[in-house]
Amino acid sequence: MGRRIGLMGDEAVAYAVKQCDVGLVSAYPITPQTIMVERISEYVANGEIDTEFVCVESEHSALSVCVGASLSGLRVFTATASQGLALMHEVLYAASGLRCPIVMAVANRALSAPLNIHCDHSDMMGSRDCGWVQVFAENVQEAYDWVIQAFKIAEHPDVQLPTVVNLDGFTLTHCMEDVEVLEDEDVKKFLPPRKPIYWVDPKQPMTFGAWAMPNYYYKFKLQQQEAIMRSLRVVKEVGEEFGKLTGRRYDTLYGYGLEDAEVAVLSMGSTSGTIRYTARRLRESDGLKVGALKLWLFRPFPEEDLVSALEKVKVLIVLDRALSPGAVFGPLGSDIASLMVKHGLDFKLLNYTYGLGGDEVTPEMAEKLFKLGLKVAEGAKPPSLTGYVREVV
Amino acid sequence: MVTLKQLPVEELWGPGHNACAGCGSSIAVKMILKALRGPTVVVSPTGCVEVVSSSYPQTAWGVPWVHVLFENAAAVASGIEAAYKYMVKKGITNEKPDVIVIAGDGGTFDIGLQALSGALERWHDFLYICYDNEAYMNTGIQRSSATPKGAWTTTSPAGKVIPGKPEWKKDLIGIAVAHGIPYAATATIAYWNDLITKVRKALEVEGPTVLHVLAPCPLGWRFDPSKTVEISRLAVQTRYFPLYEVENGVYKLSVKVSRPKPVEEFLRPQRRFRHLFTPENRHIIEEIQKNIDEGWERLLKRCGLKS
Repeated sequence: MGRRIGLMGDEAVAYAVKQCDVGLVSAYPITPQTIMVERISEYVANGEIDTEFVCVESEHSALSVCVGASLSGLRVFTATASQGLALMHEVLYAASGLRCPIVMAVANRALSAPLNIHCDHSDMMGSRDCGWVQVFAENVQEAYDWVIQAFKIAEHPDVQLPTVVNLDGFTLTHCMEDVEVLEDEDVKKFLPPRKPIYWVDPKQPMTFGAWAMPNYYYKFKLQQQEAIMRSLRVVKEVGEEFGKLTGRRYDTLYGYGLEDAEVAVLSMGSTSGTIRYTARRLRESDGLKVGALKLWLFRPFPEEDLVSALEKVKVLIVLDRALSPGAVFGPLGSDIASLMVKHGLDFKLLNYTYGLGGDEVTPEMAEKLFKLGLKVAEGAKPPSLTGYVREVV
Repeated sequence: MVTLKQLPVEELWGPGHNACAGCGSSIAVKMILKALRGPTVVVSPTGCVEVVSSSYPQTAWGVPWVHVLFENAAAVASGIEAAYKYMVKKGITNEKPDVIVIAGDGGTFDIGLQALSGALERWHDFLYICYDNEAYMNTGIQRSSATPKGAWTTTSPAGKVIPGKPEWKKDLIGIAVAHGIPYAATATIAYWNDLITKVRKALEVEGPTVLHVLAPCPLGWRFDPSKTVEISRLAVQTRYFPLYEVENGVYKLSVKVSRPKPVEEFLRPQRRFRHLFTPENRHIIEEIQKNIDEGWERLLKRCGLKS
């Protein structure tokens, strides 16, 4: 039902935005996000879309323009990476607190210093608690698919929260893939125009962004928490509907071999492909009981789905593509440790950091990880429970 | 120039705001909202006006009003303006509201200057009004780049070695005009009809416009709350704060002050300048006077006038 075209990750995101009838895009260029805004500018300049493109002087203003337009009732998109996301930091919280269903693509990239334009997840992890729904794409197809779904999730009346689609810098943003794109008409049917619940309307003067004393503040924040928890259900519903339309069904996570795997590796982003490829090879050629678990949805954290996915696992290796300096575990590792405590899960948890600043992630590395996990499953002591993959295996 | 009779009776500011007695900014907002010509959206950054008007679940605003953060009012306003531009283009609505930013000097001269510059350069059709009370009053009277030389604030204290703020105030209108915008002007509350007329004029202009409104602050400037309007008038009559407008780059004096009062008359009633009236600091008053005289000459030259 779709057409197949060659697109780089950034182009695929821009193509999805083009199809989503977006009212306003505001952005500031930053590697490796630039191609997204370049393509969108071209669409606008050539009259292919009538989106307002507001090309601003900083990421802080980019997201601020988006908040203004989103409060006015429009469907809104922005994109950034790394330092840009860090510069947006305070606006991220304002956007979710004001319940603006903005969609943003983040071309994941390391944070300075030292300056580095290559992939890791420290940008998103630094803004982990900003109250946005957060998904991670494994490949270009997923980046395209998630952008379209993200609008539907964000704008759902039960959610009304901004949503971020993460795609690995360069590995996805600048790599061309054969992407199956939807027909414009199908996107229109899947994603009808945004219906704002309230908006900045001169005919009905309302105050947006009042300040709240302690007796009210926590109530706003608890409502926000309820909304992001409701988005769990919405993500699954939207993923199912998208699956019916395209044959590509989305959910909160994607497991491989978990029905009998003793060792599983949990990851997010493009590395998930490397992990699954390796797991498949080890299962098929060596009959090893290994599995791969890809987390699509990072926030809200899909607790129940993870608990059922990990039911049989004896050793779980969690891969974090961001450092949490001085912490017990990395961000994802900490979440899994919390999950184990909360749900009384019983497996051995190893949490390694990898791929910082674009450091390579190879199938050989993944194989070593699985083999380490299998030894631990047999009772061996791992060299360490945490550390940097390159140094551990 | 607008007359009292022409002003709408309707109050779009308050009642029920929490501003201090004699608050010059509050008076300015009340006047600004008397100048509206139709559907309007107001955006405010964090600051005095924001805090005194929007304590949830109350609001003092009779127009749609948006506050997001401190440094991004011009960007938020850009988003609203662009959104309505889009909605008119698409036939979703047929009326584009006027978009007005009402921001303090901290949110304008300092932390919001980049966002303001960006919005002016992008040529959004909006009016940016800075109510200038010459310091961060909401957080407790800390100096901003709008604080005048010599003034005491809690971060430019009148110490034994450094007697108040050593630096001169930034020229906001100069910065705004450098963007080539169609209209920029100064105003202050004592000259209410000049202020209201300028707000209206700015709204009528297509494109970005900037108003710099001096708004005396009894708390931070240390004067009796009953004197706000007097102090505002003295600022003009001493040529401390000249009233002028810049239309398409052409300067025009709004109030000719042919027999100026010495700046001392503006400084003396304000206890933020008290330390200047000592023998060792008097030279600062002289410097301020000299700076005012030179500034006035420069302004006259720009206006094509002779002194």
